Amino acid sequence: MNKIVVVGYGPTAHRLVETLHERGFGGQVTVIGEEPRPAYDRVALTSYLSGTSVEDLTYPVPPGTVTRLGGRVTAIDRAARTVTLADGSAEPYDVLVLATGSAPFVPPVPGAEHAYVYRTIDDLDAIRMAAKDATEGVVVGGGLLGLEAADALRGLGLKTHIVEMSPWLMPRQVDEGGGSVLKSHIEGLGLSVHAGAGVQEIVAGERGVTGLRKPDGTLLDAQIVVFSAGIRPRDELARASGLDVGERGGIAVDAGMRTSDPAIYAIGECALAGGMVYGLVGPCFTMAEVAADRILGGAATFEGADMSTKLKLLGVEVAQFGAMDGALDVTYMDPVAGVYKRLFISDDAQTLLGGICVGDASPYGSLRPFVGKPLPAAPSDLLFTGSGMELDLPDDAQVCSCNNVCAGTVRTAIADKGLTDVPGIKACTRAGSTCGSCVPMLKQLLEKSGVELSKALCEHFTYSRAELYDIVRVRGITTFSELVSAHGQGRGCDICKPAVASILASLHNGHVLDGERAALQDTNDAFLANIQKNGTYSVVPRIPGGEITPDKLIVIGEVARDFGLYTKITGGQRIDLFGARVEQLPQIWRRLVDAGFESGHAYGKALRTVKSCVGSAWCRYGVQDSVGLAIDLELRYRGLRAPHKLKSAVSGCARECAEARSKDFGIIATEQGWNLYVGGNGGFKPRHADLLAADLTTEELIRTIDRFVMFYIRTADRLQRTAAWLESLDGGLDYLRQVIIDDSLGICAELDAQMEHHVATYVDEWQTTIDDPDKLGRFVSFVNAPGVPDPSIVFETERDQIKPVEVAVR
Amino acid sequence: MSGWIPVCGYQGLLPERGVCALVDGRQVAVFRTFDGTVHAIGNLDPFSGAQVLSRGIVGTRQGEPTVASPLHKQVFSLVSGVCLDEPEFSVPVYPIRVEAGLVQVGTGA
Ligand code: SRM
Ligand SMILES: Cc1cc2nc3c(=O)[nH]c(=O)nc-3n(C[C@H](O)[C@H](O)[C@H](O)COP(=O)(O)OP(=O)(O)OC[C@H]3O[C@@H](n4cnc5c(N)ncnc54)[C@H](O)[C@@H]3O)c2cc1C
Ligand code: SF4
Ligand code: FES
Repeated sequence: MNKIVVVGYGPTAHRLVETLHERGFGGQVTVIGEEPRPAYDRVALTSYLSGTSVEDLTYPVPPGTVTRLGGRVTAIDRAARTVTLADGSAEPYDVLVLATGSAPFVPPVPGAEHAYVYRTIDDLDAIRMAAKDATEGVVVGGGLLGLEAADALRGLGLKTHIVEMSPWLMPRQVDEGGGSVLKSHIEGLGLSVHAGAGVQEIVAGERGVTGLRKPDGTLLDAQIVVFSAGIRPRDELARASGLDVGERGGIAVDAGMRTSDPAIYAIGECALAGGMVYGLVGPCFTMAEVAADRILGGAATFEGADMSTKLKLLGVEVAQFGAMDGALDVTYMDPVAGVYKRLFISDDAQTLLGGICVGDASPYGSLRPFVGKPLPAAPSDLLFTGSGMELDLPDDAQVCSCNNVCAGTVRTAIADKGLTDVPGIKACTRAGSTCGSCVPMLKQLLEKSGVELSKALCEHFTYSRAELYDIVRVRGITTFSELVSAHGQGRGCDICKPAVASILASLHNGHVLDGERAALQDTNDAFLANIQKNGTYSVVPRIPGGEITPDKLIVIGEVARDFGLYTKITGGQRIDLFGARVEQLPQIWRRLVDAGFESGHAYGKALRTVKSCVGSAWCRYGVQDSVGLAIDLELRYRGLRAPHKLKSAVSGCARECAEARSKDFGIIATEQGWNLYVGGNGGFKPRHADLLAADLTTEELIRTIDRFVMFYIRTADRLQRTAAWLESLDGGLDYLRQVIIDDSLGICAELDAQMEHHVATYVDEWQTTIDDPDKLGRFVSFVNAPGVPDPSIVFETERDQIKPVEVAVR
Repeated sequence: MSGWIPVCGYQGLLPERGVCALVDGRQVAVFRTFDGTVHAIGNLDPFSGAQVLSRGIVGTRQGEPTVASPLHKQVFSLVSGVCLDEPEFSVPVYPIRVEAGLVQVGTGA
């Protein structure tokens, strides 16, 4: 068997192809999906309306996978083993996997054709368009998805009604008591809830929908109606090709996810496994993994799944785990605080059966793993104080329900692989990588396994970079020797020396080559240039914002020509000159400094460039002067030493030609001012920056960036870019806002003063170096033959420029 | 025939910052550690083939004086020339002494 065809490209199909790829499947995999894009995280769909891009939601397509997007499969020919697509083309298969998911159920009421559904990115685009001319909306269905849709309508600025057939909201997750607490929360937010009500008709006039009529005759005014009244498995293909389907829908499969045709599997929301159709992504993922294992010759089985749910809808936490009834139960209710918690217990009062929470879901995390197990404490304790209690989890307790991972698996991974953080656990076990609700449990497991998170910088210091920063700051230390003799051991190394050099530079801003500091620097800082593979250096003059006059361009050209340097435009909107020998660096810089250039700090862990787009001065879309701001920012932060390099960019409008969201701090112009994004990264692990603050004035913007950068410098680890720093920051973006906008730590004045000090004391390193004979003396190839160039440096020519001759090594 | 070639003044040799000297056509990396001791090893980084070891960061590993290649950071002992990260690799060690304020490297060794 070598060709697998997958029909449907949703999260389940993605997990299947990803697993096949990870497990080294050698054959061909083709995925046919009806939507015009690869699979995306449907669970996070609603975040699309609040600004998450399609790209951020989209799962990566595993290498080697063939995708046919926008292609709907219309028939299966089981005898010929082919599927036919709507465009008439056919695709042969050896193994077929149906992952067609489900479709929203739209009840056959008059006017239903005018209603929207809430399942795909296209659905959301349609709703967003329609919302532009609407003031009121109705969501039919008060379940999990219905409330999510209602929240979305509210977010689009509509007065929103929820119509639910059952007597209370979320009947599948909460009981009547929980439902009434939930209702009061939701009404408190200004939504109207019509429980125990159905739909008579959707009333539409010439200009579209005008309202929804309830069976009792009352009319709810609305211009948008969204149906979210349940889902139906998409089993139509299977039905038409004679595969067994359930009475109430769903493609029947065995425990190995095989349908009644052994060459065809069905997985995800379209499958009927053990008599159940699962509407949550966790069990769907497990099915995908089981099918992948079977295809690869394994014997994995799907054993049913936990349907526990925890979510935060409209700001209200709702959770349900295990059974929804039991011989005994304990209820805690606080209508004032809007909290309802109920636990179900076996008749001997020994075993936990399940629970329901509204308004405070903390028992979910701590108690869900104990379902079916002896109660870890007295029920009343669990309900009243359970949230704060640290309970010892048995190894077979499931911690992550999305990915079906037990406490034991996490513990083993921590011990065997030496994991020290949550990202490590995610990568190794997948726990925590989907809805994230189990992350607090993962942290607890880490702590309990006695993982001593070593912060030691290297063998010379037992402190982290942030701790050293504080020691240097508080004790007023100014040299490495002072620091290492009082707070470390030995004489340092290539790890701690540059780190300390950077701390000293951030705090004192003296010349990086002054006194003992010169010996701390990496060769790049020591020669104020970047070392290349053959021991020569590159020269990068600063070109703020990427703006440069013709005269200055000519100077760069002349210098490069006269010294025979290789020139290249960099990815940072400036020009790099390569191939300079150490003794040439001062001569080159003399010429550049005379023409008004400064160091571009391409060699330092410091501000690199602030890229700009052309902005409102020339561009027909620009709404602000992006070049002007980029230059101001580059000049403000130039020379600032940091734990790692810092990059920035400014775009003149939302088209984002400067790629600001891939920067440590990126700015995008708005009609009202500037949006500030932080924590972006290109490079090894790309990350889009997060919106920190919107519509700032230039003054507010600069103050916020000042504090952001200074707080980063103060607390980040050695060689930790802002992206990784922000991800490791406890409390994340909200915490960052509290610190640098609301001044929750009371340090803003200090951060501001530090930045003012930097700006006031900045001087160009190259200018001071070429004026200082002592420093210049260092720029020789040979101490005993200052005029002699290093004879080992040789070049060949390629495309009319120099290039190092390759040397064979090792 | 062995002899001593003066390469620079001891005072000009900054603690923990190397220099490179041409000795009999060979490139020698010369270091003065924090305690004042001098060391000489080959300047050629065996991993990159570039003559750069004199420009590495000087420090210690378990008390042993070291330099880290500025290109890919492999650490070499200043005493034995052995690469402490990959002991199959090493660089030559040269005799060195301070006489009358001058740093001298031994030849013909
Ligand atoms: C010259 C340039 C490539 C080019 O020809 O365009 C370049 C060259 C180097 N990059 Fe880069 N990067 C250059 C733009 C970029 C960009 C694009 C950008 O800035 O818009 C990126 C991705 C954006 C980002 O950083 O988020 C980039 C991501 C990296 C990384 C990965 C950083 C990361 O967070 O994963 C490294 C490695 C590192 O810093 O540890 C790196 C490191 C390097 C070093 C310093 C490697 C080294 O140690 O020898 C290269 C030497 C530069 C030199 O000798 O002058 N370079 N590098 C670009 C100089 C831009 C400038 O004018 O300053
Ligand atoms: C708004 C929203 C919020 C949600 N929140 C949660 C949550 O918090 N927690 C949770 O566990 N679950 C949640 N879910 C449910 C979760 O998204 C689903 O369980 C999951 O998407 C199921 O994945 P699937 O791949 O099986 O099906 P789907 O995601 O439906 O994907 C099936 C794909 O197949 C395509 N397809 C169907 N027929 C064909 C055909 N004939 N030819 C080609 N392509 C075809 C469809 O267009 C679709 O793209 C949510 C769902 C929505 C809509
Ligand atoms: S980001 Fe906007 S203003 Fe800047 S160049 Fe692009 S389209 Fe023009
Ligand atoms: S429970 Fe959802 S990611 Fe673990």
